[in-house]
Amino acid sequence: MLLSIVIFLPLLGVVAIALLRGIGASAVKGIAMAVALLTFLISLGLYTGFDATTAEMQFQESHAWISGLGTRYDIGIDGISLWLVLLTTFLTPVCILAAWNSVEKGLSGFMMSLLALETGMLGVFCATDLFLFFVFWESMLIPMYFLIGIWGGERRIYATVKFVLYTMAGSALMLVGILYLYFQNDNSFALLPLYEKAGTFTHANLLFLAFFIAFAIKVPLFPFHTWLPDAHVEAPTVGSVILAGVLLKMGTYGIVRFCLPLFPDAAATYTPLIVTLAVIGIIYGALVAMVQPDLKKLVAYSSVSHLGFVVLGLFTRHHAGIQGGVLQMINHGLSTGALFLLVGMIYERRHSRMIVDFGGVAKSMPIFATIFMITTLSSIGLPGLNGFVGEFMILLGSFHGGAFSKVYVVLAATGVILAAVYMLWMFQRVMFGTPNKINAALPDLNTRELVVLFPVLLFIVWIGVYPKPFLSRMEKSVNVVVTKVQQETAPAMGHTKIKEVPRYARVDINKEAETK
Amino acid sequence: MSRELIVVLLISPLVGFLINGLFGKFLKGNEKLSGGIGTLAVLVSFICAIVAFAGVQGGAVLEGDAGVLYEWIAGEGFTFNIGFHVDALTTVMLLVITGVGFLIHVYSIGYMHGDAGYTRYFAYLNLFVFAMLVLVLGNNYLMMFVGWEGVGLCSYLLIGFWYERQSATDAGKKAFIVNRIGDFGFLLGMFTLFAAFGSLDFTAIFGAAEADTFQKVFGGSTLVIATLLLFVGAVGKSAQMPLYVWLPDAMEGPTPVSALIHAATMVTAGVYMIARSAVLYELAHTGQVVAWVGVLTAFFAATIALTQNDIKRILAYSTVSQLGYMFVGVGVGAYASGVFHLMTHAFFKGLMFLAAGSVMHAMANELDMRKMGGLKAKMPITHWTFLIGALAIAGFPFLSGFWSKDEILHSAWGSHPAIYVIGLITAFLTAFYMFRLIFVTFYGQSRVASAVASHVHESPPVMWVPLVILAIPSAIIGLLLGWGGHGSAFHHFTESVFKAAKEIGNGAHGEAAGSAVPFMIISAIVGLVGIGFAWMRYSKRTPAAQPGTALHKLVANKYYIDEVYNAVFVQPIKNVSHYLLWRVVDTGIIDGIVNGVAVAIRIIGGTLRRLQTGVVQAYIVSMVVGIVIFLAYYLFIS
Repeated sequence: MLLSIVIFLPLLGVVAIALLRGIGASAVKGIAMAVALLTFLISLGLYTGFDATTAEMQFQESHAWISGLGTRYDIGIDGISLWLVLLTTFLTPVCILAAWNSVEKGLSGFMMSLLALETGMLGVFCATDLFLFFVFWESMLIPMYFLIGIWGGERRIYATVKFVLYTMAGSALMLVGILYLYFQNDNSFALLPLYEKAGTFTHANLLFLAFFIAFAIKVPLFPFHTWLPDAHVEAPTVGSVILAGVLLKMGTYGIVRFCLPLFPDAAATYTPLIVTLAVIGIIYGALVAMVQPDLKKLVAYSSVSHLGFVVLGLFTRHHAGIQGGVLQMINHGLSTGALFLLVGMIYERRHSRMIVDFGGVAKSMPIFATIFMITTLSSIGLPGLNGFVGEFMILLGSFHGGAFSKVYVVLAATGVILAAVYMLWMFQRVMFGTPNKINAALPDLNTRELVVLFPVLLFIVWIGVYPKPFLSRMEKSVNVVVTKVQQETAPAMGHTKIKEVPRYARVDINKEAETK
Repeated sequence: MSRELIVVLLISPLVGFLINGLFGKFLKGNEKLSGGIGTLAVLVSFICAIVAFAGVQGGAVLEGDAGVLYEWIAGEGFTFNIGFHVDALTTVMLLVITGVGFLIHVYSIGYMHGDAGYTRYFAYLNLFVFAMLVLVLGNNYLMMFVGWEGVGLCSYLLIGFWYERQSATDAGKKAFIVNRIGDFGFLLGMFTLFAAFGSLDFTAIFGAAEADTFQKVFGGSTLVIATLLLFVGAVGKSAQMPLYVWLPDAMEGPTPVSALIHAATMVTAGVYMIARSAVLYELAHTGQVVAWVGVLTAFFAATIALTQNDIKRILAYSTVSQLGYMFVGVGVGAYASGVFHLMTHAFFKGLMFLAAGSVMHAMANELDMRKMGGLKAKMPITHWTFLIGALAIAGFPFLSGFWSKDEILHSAWGSHPAIYVIGLITAFLTAFYMFRLIFVTFYGQSRVASAVASHVHESPPVMWVPLVILAIPSAIIGLLLGWGGHGSAFHHFTESVFKAAKEIGNGAHGEAAGSAVPFMIISAIVGLVGIGFAWMRYSKRTPAAQPGTALHKLVANKYYIDEVYNAVFVQPIKNVSHYLLWRVVDTGIIDGIVNGVAVAIRIIGGTLRRLQTGVVQAYIVSMVVGIVIFLAYYLFIS
């Protein structure tokens, strides 16, 4: 019951706001905030009640839904989805507070969209029925469409249509894949029985691709990324925060929830291609981010680079790599979310996002500059802050896992240098120097903005210094995925055994299956 | 020695940082309080360091499980702890960091007086000390890396401390990025080590390396690759060729920062790392590479120092050069000697930077020594202490640098005579450029601008007392700890640390061969001749305003290395990213295809739409045509 409450409580808020029309702006904000905060507080029950010693789905619920279709309302979370659920319930109240004064028209619609979006996102992370998953996956597009299309910038229509159509093109493929799996699953959409059948599906390669392309667009993996900068630039601040913080993670979550454990052979087959794209994304995203004149675009391209790391980690076939990939999803949500919040705050003051318009902001807004610095350092993976833990684990796993050549690791690690280049260069141009008259008059952060940023900073430091509560809870679930992708090659392994395993044993098995 | 002692030692500067960093707003305007808190925090660490030092003397070493504080990053098959390793080598570093650090904090109270960012300055400086302590206290490479990057951050923040100045923020950024290039190597080195040993703990790695029970990830060259990659990190952090370019620019920061970070402590991290990893470097036989990079850097940087006129830049190139000596020391297997030079250098170079700061303080931040001259009379304490530092670095007999540098040169002779010869030439250059600085700045006629001249004064006691205190070890510590060369007190103290490495390397280095006395005599003569040449050339004259010969011009412009890097790396990467990747590939090709698909669909849709004319006759005609084609197909073709 707890999980359903967490998922649908925001929807209740939508209904409440809809029913109480004309109650005034502050009441709408109050209701939205109260609902979002309550959802977050209740979701903490998932954390405290979570059993870290098992990889089983927890807080499971199963109800008959549309029996004629073979679909049920099956939900549950494991150590991977737990964190994405908490990230979602955490970021939503932060976003509502961030948008407190920035929505000028249609406030109730805005808040309703935001809350409806939360339900959609939570549903995606909790569904253990493919049909239910798909319903949540698609339903979350609608509020996002409104958020960008109504409250966005000048080219919002172009951006939102591009975003929706691009995603739907991918979803269409995934739907075909889901249906095909349905027929191989005794006419059922249930996910858990599918895990038992992993590796036995006919046309597993095509199925893998159908899912993977949908997720790759969402991530976005190079070269499917061009919708992202447009969507970010046009979206309102909180739209960008949710987009970067949670929506992109649905792609990487899908990979680790479906692509890897269901089609381990196909995943091994396509690993060289995918990892190549991931590494290109890391370097390419960083280089293009470096030359962006617009702050939001810069952060958007940096996301392409960072998510390249996540995808790289997920395909390492190594504990540290996959666990690092999952942790990095959270980390990216926090640090990039915070970056978009900060960019939004300065945009509200200056009505510009162009780097050339700034300079010397550290003088007029020292607190802002300090928080921006910490977030920047988190983003470039400074040890002691969250980003490093994830990146280190990903690269360590990539190097050690032997799923692909070490050349990829060397190339990916240059991303660490490039990240410092584009972030620090941007920081210098915005913050340092002598401010002109306009920038000298910018007021520093107010209390509300500090309240928005403080919780995010808290987690940035916490994960950096003491990631154990996070890592230990996801460990068992990650191990299951690792075992699946390594199955038959070796039992759960320490570092020495892995070397004895033929490197591409997976591929050979796959070929055998095909020739039969 | 208890773990709690080390925790207090480590946390104290962090607390200082947090107080000044978080509550700086409330401390503003109260310099005494923020400076006092910052200084006190380091003093507490210094006292703890002395206690730890005494403990090590008594044979207490903190290592293994006893030193582990908590599990940091762990999962199936990997565990990385936050934990301490405290032995003789660690305590030497601790004493240098907290001791010199404390004096520099005291000095900063006076030097930074009246600066708008006073509180911020002390917050950063405390954070630096904390990060540096993490670096030397860690019992594994990952924790070392945490400190490694942490000091890099503080260096960035402090170089760009006066952030209104473009040159300062440029220099900070450059330092961070160049260091990251080195860290990239360090990171890959760690991965190699982990793949080979399944751990990053010092004791686990060194034990398995000696016993030869590790995974040969790269076959026989596993350790070679690992040690060379780690050395890339050292080259970045310790400003060796080809990554030294950030250090001279780092002089944009406040002068006490240059003394603490860019002379005494942070830049020596690479030397510390190699000394710590001595076993690996011995097994891999990569010390030769380290020594050659070191000696070539030492010579190269010394030649540039000959031609500079900015006193801080001369000291910066001198630091690069002296770090080169330290690498020669640890490279040829004379680990204790390398670390000994690290220590003496921390004293005399820290001293000279602070003295240079004192000169700047008096001269309204003037750095060009051609506009100085004759300062001896007006700033006697600064002059005498600076002179002691210069004599020490020049290898004047019985001062500290004489002992430590000579040990290194002596060992180098046993390793490769060419390294010795280049090192000796560099020693001559060092004496020459250092005394060029002394004579031009403090002696001869005053060339001080008249507007400034009336203000020239000796610095306040809060600044000159640290100078005097630092001058004492600069002068005598070599005699106290270095007497007896390889059998000296310092060697004895650090013996246990390098014992394993010595045993492995036995025979590979001929370091202890022969008496050290002839080497000492040669070194002393070379140093004195260098001083003499400088006296002949500069005691009366000032350096020319413009370089004369082409060679002089080349060297004075630092061999145009910055310009080359800019033309070969920076600009091409920027241009390719902007024009090719962003404009052509991203906007043009990839997004072009995406939008192209959309446009194509619209065109097709638009075309097909025309078929829907709404004219019934047209539909009938097309229907008839369709039926005819179908019938024709079935009747005649199939």
